[in-house]
Amino acid sequence: MLVIFGSLLYVLPSFHIDVWPHKKINLGLDLQGGMHLVLEVEAEKAVESTIERMSNELRREMKTNHIKFSTLERRGFQISLQVQDKIDAFNTLLDDEFPEFRIVSRKQDGHVLSILLDLPDSDVVEIKKKAAEQALETIRNRIDEFGVSEPDIRRQGDRRILIQLPGVKDPRRAKDLIGKTALLEFKLVDANHNVEDAIKGKIPPGMEILYQVTENRQTRRVSKTPFLVEKRTALTGEYLTDARVNIDSQYNEPYVSIKFNKKGARLFERITETNVQRRLAIVLDKKIHSAPVIQERIAGGEARITGSFTHDEAHDLAIVLRAGALPAPVHILEERTVGPSLGADSIRMGLLSMLIGGLLVVVFMVIYYRSAGFIADAALMLNIILIAAGLAGFQATLTLPGIAGIILTIGMAVDANVLIFERIREELRVGKSPLAAIDAGYSKATLTILDANVTTLIAAVVLFQFGTGPVKGFAVTLSLGVIASLFTALIVSRQIFDFFIINRQVRSLNI
Amino acid sequence: MQFIQPDINIDFIGKRLIGFAMSGTLILISLLSLLFHGGPRYGIDFAGGTLIQIKFNVPTGADTITKTLEPLGISGASIQQYGDVADNEYLVRADVAYEELEGLSEKVQNAFIKELSGELNQASDTDDQQTETSIASDQTSTTQTTVQKQSEINEKKTPPAEVRRIEMVGPQVGKDLREKALLAMFFALLFITIYISGRFEFKWVVSGVMAACLMGGVYVFKQVGLSMPFLILIALILSLILFWFLRLKYAMGAITALIHDVMITVGIFSICDKEFTLPIIAALLTIIGYSLNDTIIVFDRIRENSRKLHRITFDQIINTSINETLSRTILTSLTTLIVVLALFLFGGGIIHDFAFAMIIGVLIGTYSSIFVASPILLLWK
Repeated sequence: MLVIFGSLLYVLPSFHIDVWPHKKINLGLDLQGGMHLVLEVEAEKAVESTIERMSNELRREMKTNHIKFSTLERRGFQISLQVQDKIDAFNTLLDDEFPEFRIVSRKQDGHVLSILLDLPDSDVVEIKKKAAEQALETIRNRIDEFGVSEPDIRRQGDRRILIQLPGVKDPRRAKDLIGKTALLEFKLVDANHNVEDAIKGKIPPGMEILYQVTENRQTRRVSKTPFLVEKRTALTGEYLTDARVNIDSQYNEPYVSIKFNKKGARLFERITETNVQRRLAIVLDKKIHSAPVIQERIAGGEARITGSFTHDEAHDLAIVLRAGALPAPVHILEERTVGPSLGADSIRMGLLSMLIGGLLVVVFMVIYYRSAGFIADAALMLNIILIAAGLAGFQATLTLPGIAGIILTIGMAVDANVLIFERIREELRVGKSPLAAIDAGYSKATLTILDANVTTLIAAVVLFQFGTGPVKGFAVTLSLGVIASLFTALIVSRQIFDFFIINRQVRSLNI
Repeated sequence: MQFIQPDINIDFIGKRLIGFAMSGTLILISLLSLLFHGGPRYGIDFAGGTLIQIKFNVPTGADTITKTLEPLGISGASIQQYGDVADNEYLVRADVAYEELEGLSEKVQNAFIKELSGELNQASDTDDQQTETSIASDQTSTTQTTVQKQSEINEKKTPPAEVRRIEMVGPQVGKDLREKALLAMFFALLFITIYISGRFEFKWVVSGVMAACLMGGVYVFKQVGLSMPFLILIALILSLILFWFLRLKYAMGAITALIHDVMITVGIFSICDKEFTLPIIAALLTIIGYSLNDTIIVFDRIRENSRKLHRITFDQIINTSINETLSRTILTSLTTLIVVLALFLFGGGIIHDFAFAMIIGVLIGTYSSIFVASPILLLWK
């Protein structure tokens, strides 16, 4: 028994020392500063854009097959459509090319067929799930490229994404980078209609108004220039293979050069070929970045996005373009940012109160139980070391409430010793010998201690399940503390007693 | 050294009615305070909103803060001194809904820097540390150099205001957390009662089945859309009634004491007008786990004594048990109290309320294990 314990006692701390250099204790965001974000993926938007895309395909197919239709529009998750004549041809087209559509209702009135289409529920669920997964992946890529050390990015529930960025210095920039949908579109600018008329409400069919927002850096005035562009997107960012920051040698300004893949390059070439002298708007997230005039056919699939960027902006834009667009917009549900100075203060104060609380308890135990108090204090020290080792070993995160948990454990760990010592005193009063008293004390107090600690452990486990971030850290240290104090009180302090009583032949017990 | 003599014999059971009356009054006051305040005062974790902690390098009053924040659309925010007066640190809390908050953190910081550096150095026009930049046109030929020069000037002097912490919680998240917190407390209570019934009366199956039914019930009704606090309340009352009929004495004693502790702690928080935040829920859960320690010590002794002493009545057994364990009940609470006090006094602002909740919880928990949990065992006589 003594040998087993001896080895345990030596193995554990050495294990701990062994672990230390490799795995240091992770500090939570509240201690080292950083940003905690919870985003929600607007998965409905992904469904809408899928349906929008399919309705565009349908429109194209019907045009190539010369099927006449009067209306074709998306209403929420549904496509409403009116087909004239050639209804049989339409039916074949629908069955052959678009088997994924579900027919909500169809009504034939002579030569006119009114039909309402949507996607089956299982497909909608699938799209939503994919959107969340893809958003997570895209955001992870963006953050990896941005270069944050040890970021933590994970799904939370169906469509929430939890992001923890320790030590991030510029929260605003990080947030922009993460939250940007980064949907890059190229749209042709309409020159045949007047923009002024369109703003007044007379928007020609198939057109939309988008704005170019510019800001003068010196006066900080923001100006918005409206453009009338085709609703149809000529080319999107999904064909991009690369995006890099370059510096314009003439104006010494950074710009982003983009490179299309083969298919994209072909598309780009065709667009530029057929639309020479027209303006092509480069649209990012529904805002026009620039609208250069196409001077000539551009082959090779390379283009540049200019704008008076700062270097950081150009750098971040290149990252989001490389990582790809989010399948659906995201918005921030929860944000917690802690500055590093506050974190440092928290550590200092946490350690201070741990030291003071610990010292008071240690002194109290020695005054109250004399030599036995020293044994309890030794067990307490080991207890704290074990918690630290546990934190490092499990790669758990130490948070400010976590420090509070350790402090609380200091108070609770000696409780077990108090119970044992009180019991031993009781047995001694009955007239038992020291050895017998210790024996009886431990054996009778063990179950009580176990019961009392199990209930605390239950609460801690429930808390772990419920909590996020800092609170979870508290649950971790509390659980570790409870388990460590069971070990130190029931096994370690017992061994110390036995060592003194058996080896040193101590006759009287100073308790 | 001994605080309490081994032969102490206080008639706790004889005075149990006084204990009940006192507990009843405390609970009543707690409920009244909650009623008066219109429920617990939720922090932003549960209510949603924004919390900004700002440290100033120059003495700044609440007026300046209000004045600076108003143009940003933050009016009616509560402004609270944080820590010492000399620290010049404030907590600003606004209940603004999420949509209006995008990019707020930076705006606030900039506004204060502008406001205060204006006060400090009125001659200087350069006030913005961060120049707002956004998507700009390809034609604008703003020279980069001017911007850089400006920011260099700003970097040289330390900013007069530093936003040290920003927390923003959307209303939906707040509501989710509120429900989760309630559920967590409810589950903790149920698991603990299963454990107690099992360990003390070997009624693992009965209590397990009962708890499973209650959890299932809560889950089903939650799907139906009943409000969570209401549901938990019903479930708690139902479980108390079930304990009574199933004669789960020890579980009944324990859970009553726990509900008692939690309610009074919540009540005192309400009286002091303190906010409920996530760490406070952590404190309440810890109290649920910890205040039971003392109760279990007494229960254990009662069980031991009932086997040993057949001749005396059950209330005498209880009384003896409480007296025999009195010294350790008080000592264990004392050591814990020492550390939470240290935490309360030196732990800093963020942990202050957590420590406060723990202090109340430890005190009430000790009291309830003597005056509430044990006397309840006598109800079945």
